[in-house]
Amino acid sequence: MLPVPTVNYLILSGLLFTIGVVGVLVKRNPIVIFMCIELMLNAVNLSFIALGRHFAQINGQMYVIFVMAVAAAEVAIGLGIIVNLFRQKETIDIDEVNLMKY
Amino acid sequence: MPVSSPHILTLVTFLPLAGALLLLLFKRPVDEEDAHAHGNVHIEGANEGVEEHRVPVNAAANAIRYFALGVSLVTFALSVLLLTGFKAGQPGFQFEVGPYAWISSYHVNFHLGIDGISLLLILLTTFLSVLSVLFSFNIKRRVKEYMIFLLVLQTAMTGVFCALDLVLFYVFWEAVLIPMYFLIGIWGHENRIYAAIKFFLYTFAGSVLMLVGIVFIYNATGSFSLVDLLNPAGAGGRLAAQDARTLSLLFGSFSLAFMIKVPMFPFHTWLPDAHVEAPTAGSVILAGIMLKMGTYGFLRFCLPLFPNQAMQYSWIFITLAIIGIIYGAVVAAVQPDMKKLVAYSSVSHLGFVMLGIFSFTQLGLTGAVLQSINHGVSTGMLFFLVGMLYERRHTREIAAFGGLKRAVPILSTFFLIALLSSVALPLTNGFVGEFTILQGSFMSPFAGFGPTALASSGMVLSAIYMLWMFQRVFTGPVDKPENRRMLDLSLREKAVLVPLVVLVFWFGCYATAWTRFLTLPVLALTNGTNNNTSNAGKVAGIEKAGHSGIRLSARP
Amino acid sequence: MVFFAPNLAWLIPALPLLGFLISAFAGKRLGRPASGYLATFWVFASFAVSVLVLLGLLGMEGEHRRALVPLLPGGSEVPWISIGNFTVNYQALIDPLSMLMCLIVTGIGGLIHLYAVGYMAEDKDFPRFFTYLNLFIFFMLMLVLGGNILLMFIGWEGVGLCSYLLISFWFEDIENSKAGNKAFIVNRIGDVGFALGVMAIFATFGTLTFYQADGKGFLDQALLKVTAHGDLTLAIATTIGLLLFVGAAGKSAQFPLYVWLPDAMAGPTPVSALIHAATMVTAGVVMITRVSPIIVQSYVVMNTIAIIGVFTAIFAATIALTQNDIKKVLAYSTISQLGYMFLACGVGAFSAGMFHVTTHAFFKALLFLGAGSVIHAMHHEQDMRKMGGLKNKIPITHLTMAVGWLAIAGIFPLAGFWSKDEILGYASGYPRFGMILYAVGAFTALLTAFYMTRLMMKTFYTNQRFNEADLGHGHGHAGHDDHMQHVSAHDLHDAHDSHDSLDAGHAGEGGEGELAAQDHSHDSHTGVHESPWQMTFPLIVLAVLSAVGGLMGTPWANKFEQFLEPSVAPASLYEPHEGLPLLVGLGIGLALAVAGILWGLSVYNKHKAAGALLTDEQRTAGTPLGSLYRGSLGLWGVDRFATFLGIDVGGAFARTMAWIDRNIVDGLVNGVAGAAGISSEMFRRVQTGFVRSYAWVMLLGVCLVVASLLWPILSHH
Repeated sequence: MLPVPTVNYLILSGLLFTIGVVGVLVKRNPIVIFMCIELMLNAVNLSFIALGRHFAQINGQMYVIFVMAVAAAEVAIGLGIIVNLFRQKETIDIDEVNLMKY
Repeated sequence: MPVSSPHILTLVTFLPLAGALLLLLFKRPVDEEDAHAHGNVHIEGANEGVEEHRVPVNAAANAIRYFALGVSLVTFALSVLLLTGFKAGQPGFQFEVGPYAWISSYHVNFHLGIDGISLLLILLTTFLSVLSVLFSFNIKRRVKEYMIFLLVLQTAMTGVFCALDLVLFYVFWEAVLIPMYFLIGIWGHENRIYAAIKFFLYTFAGSVLMLVGIVFIYNATGSFSLVDLLNPAGAGGRLAAQDARTLSLLFGSFSLAFMIKVPMFPFHTWLPDAHVEAPTAGSVILAGIMLKMGTYGFLRFCLPLFPNQAMQYSWIFITLAIIGIIYGAVVAAVQPDMKKLVAYSSVSHLGFVMLGIFSFTQLGLTGAVLQSINHGVSTGMLFFLVGMLYERRHTREIAAFGGLKRAVPILSTFFLIALLSSVALPLTNGFVGEFTILQGSFMSPFAGFGPTALASSGMVLSAIYMLWMFQRVFTGPVDKPENRRMLDLSLREKAVLVPLVVLVFWFGCYATAWTRFLTLPVLALTNGTNNNTSNAGKVAGIEKAGHSGIRLSARP
Repeated sequence: MVFFAPNLAWLIPALPLLGFLISAFAGKRLGRPASGYLATFWVFASFAVSVLVLLGLLGMEGEHRRALVPLLPGGSEVPWISIGNFTVNYQALIDPLSMLMCLIVTGIGGLIHLYAVGYMAEDKDFPRFFTYLNLFIFFMLMLVLGGNILLMFIGWEGVGLCSYLLISFWFEDIENSKAGNKAFIVNRIGDVGFALGVMAIFATFGTLTFYQADGKGFLDQALLKVTAHGDLTLAIATTIGLLLFVGAAGKSAQFPLYVWLPDAMAGPTPVSALIHAATMVTAGVVMITRVSPIIVQSYVVMNTIAIIGVFTAIFAATIALTQNDIKKVLAYSTISQLGYMFLACGVGAFSAGMFHVTTHAFFKALLFLGAGSVIHAMHHEQDMRKMGGLKNKIPITHLTMAVGWLAIAGIFPLAGFWSKDEILGYASGYPRFGMILYAVGAFTALLTAFYMTRLMMKTFYTNQRFNEADLGHGHGHAGHDDHMQHVSAHDLHDAHDSHDSLDAGHAGEGGEGELAAQDHSHDSHTGVHESPWQMTFPLIVLAVLSAVGGLMGTPWANKFEQFLEPSVAPASLYEPHEGLPLLVGLGIGLALAVAGILWGLSVYNKHKAAGALLTDEQRTAGTPLGSLYRGSLGLWGVDRFATFLGIDVGGAFARTMAWIDRNIVDGLVNGVAGAAGISSEMFRRVQTGFVRSYAWVMLLGVCLVVASLLWPILSHH
């Protein structure tokens, strides 16, 4: 059985990434935004692994493990922020939260 | 440890820092102001005078105070060891520490060492620091942080005066700003935040340019080492080989940083604000030591590294110095606030120092260093005294006082001595510095009779503003009831002032004891400039006038 | 070691310094009068040492009467300042000039100390007063003894400080404090000139020592007309001479720097006598005499000194004619006499100048102390319009003051006669405009005799114009009320008015209404009293000195001039001409003195009915003298002009500068900060706070970056 060509992985990765970007831009629920960010990260992970296999190098997989670790930490902090935000503001609508406004 | 061991210098520099680190371990005391705000002992209005009487015994705070005092005393004792071990007859730097590699990829080294000029300034630093700590026993709020900042400040200032590596110097130079920023910003008076930010940004803006200059010098010569840069066969030769425009820009970048620090007219406006808002010890250190960092910078970097440029542009500095002398004095005369008056008088006095430096004569340069020390002593004393008055009346307005000579005779006698030293009466320290500066400027081919005559009008003006203030504060009838029951000096306050009085007369009656340390470093400066006189002569249109330290030019 | 009296010279200033330290630290514990007597002791001890040193000096050969001795105990040679070849040692120059001044300062100073023990007996700051007095004596001795000109400058500024401290001694009256400030500041103007002169001397001669054993002192060089760099040219000598004269004019109250001296009368009267008459104010003359070898090198300097001197003499005399405050008359008289001394220096008669310094020290100290005794007796009343008839109430004061009066007027054979006429004689021989100088000086002598007679008449001889019962009342702070009447034309009316209301019922009480005085001439319970012995003894000693002191320097046997010869420039350097014949000069001088006295007697004679009722103002009203009178009483506007220039114009200038500093110099700095603030105010709008808009901007940015990276690749295809 022939291996799946690398370019297919890259196309899938690009599609997933675009979905993630659009999600981040249009959604107002931070949980959904979070999932979209995860989607983007995993899209990148996919391309890392694909290219790693393509060039027969271990670096791609190494980076993926890094990214996963960082993503996990990020989710932990991000969810913490969201929980706190809800306690403070009684909402998690991202447009209602503009503490960083000038 | 033998007296000549260079590690004394390391100790003098870093002992206060170590003390500050140890202070971190102390228990944080209760703020005493809070204590009596809760109604412990305080009786409103009564006992306005010396504060110790109404303060509850706060063992934790006192432990911190006495520990800080101990640290600064030991440091001062060590710096006296420096003095005794110093060989006035030996040229170059002494007590050299290092160079030890610090950031080896950029040839940045840890390298300390002192010559006579540094020695006197370090002594001044350790001396005034002891008195500042002692005076600061009256600080009630956040004593621990206060003392830590004071000690860190001391290390940074001492480092400035003995660093022989440009990067190390720059680090110390900027490190000074941080504790001083907090001292003004936390323990200052009403408008402290404005003053602290202004002070920080203004002086920082100048020194960033100096950093550019330092980096440029490294790129051009491959060295940050001052010793190397002073060596014509080493990096010094490579620096001198740069074209004149580059050297002028480098000279300008260093000069601007130092001019702001000195401060020279028109870069002086941070000074009155910072002085007025700083706590007393902060003002004393600011005027007594930090301003000297600017004049020291000129002596240590601008003149030796760029002698031709210094001479070429000396007219600018002499002009600004004379403007500063007169302008500072005139503006001082009409200040309603005593601290502001003393601050503007500093502008005037530092103008004399700059005039001495840019006269390029042995007398002028020696006088400039002397005047730097003298200003630290006399202005420091004035700030202490104003601080003592402030403690008693919680105001610095001249108009709030009057007739104090009857109420507080001892304080007014000390004030008179400080005043006389400030107006440069003979047999006080101020006179020796001011006269030698003027004599040097009189004989300098860069100044001469006219500029000296203008500058000496400062002698009259200083008498005007000082005596007028004295008249309004200390003479006349005691017309304000709150002044009548003012308490005279406490023992601690006398302990702060008496050493200063001793120095006033020691410098004033026997200046030779101190000037002998300055002979060689100053001659090195004048020789540096003399060797280049032929060059600069062409530039500035001045004929070479002998190669001895002093130029004897009859200028009737 | 062989005993060499000049080596004791360090004791001369050291003893008063010791006294100062003792007074400063233990004066309060000693209390009064012990602290005063102790202070007096140190000064007389110093006088004794001075006499010893003088005897040692006289033992030396005439030409070599000069020694440079250490000024520190044990003869140690420690330099004060030593930088390169700029070396100033603590050394005393012992020569006739310095010893003469030492004797005057310690002798008269001691007497005045003693006088002050009586005068200040009631003062609560008694020890402080003697602390300052001893310090003054120390600095004055430094001034006259200093072996180089910078040491002289120590004393120079030091006496200025003491003058300041003593003028504002009664500091609780703000006017005294202001007078002290004025004295210090105006003196400082002169001091700047002096300091610049010192710098010029060092730059020219390479040393600040007056005379050195190796002949390298700057006066040694000046005598040979050389400098360290070549010949001593006219330009150099003129510059140095004029700068030093500015200093002398400040300290010795010459026009226009005299304005501080009349105000300085705010100090206690012993201070006026010691500092502002006998010693400190003559320091300028001493200094000019000391550097006479330079002065005589420039005719410009000599002309300037002579003209300023003689102008000051006559100018101050015209003011003294009309003053009503007894001390102010004496103050302007002092300025006038100082003018004579400078006239002497200007015409090259330095010895004559010093002679007048000496005799003036006698009779002016006497007059001031006498005035102090009068003021003491009158319970601190200084206005002569409220005196009169004191002749028999304070007889010792009256008699001694009469000697001083005749001495200053120049009556044969009292001290003033000899010294004043010697100066005028030399002036008439001055090569350029000697006769003009002489004429002005002689006319001033006439005025001097007149105003001193006026003072004596108003104080002692005319009828009593005060009510003894009122004395001591209405002076809230008795014990220190020497403060000046600030006399101006309109003040005069105020004085009259207040006096009239005070003594309502006494007809014609204002001014010199002498008839009314008859009402209360019964002396049974008098408030006026003669002073204690501490005050009268110095008066008597000084009166004797004023009477016979002039015999030291008669034209026929001028011991004084011979004595001073080693200290002054030899006449060969400036070639004086023959002036008026000796006897003619003396005759004219005596005639003018007698004429002035008779004129005064006739104007103020109580038996002369028509004039007697009139005040000075009424007497001159309507005549051409009226405006002159008002001008003189108003000090010819000089004080007002000086105040206007110093306080009003100077103050406005300073306030303008302070405004500029706040708003323009600092305004620029704050402006830069403000500009940064405004720009960030604009840019902060970008931060909307909407996370999604940030994300859009980020996407846009990423697109731009990617596009810019791809652009080169795409454009190649």
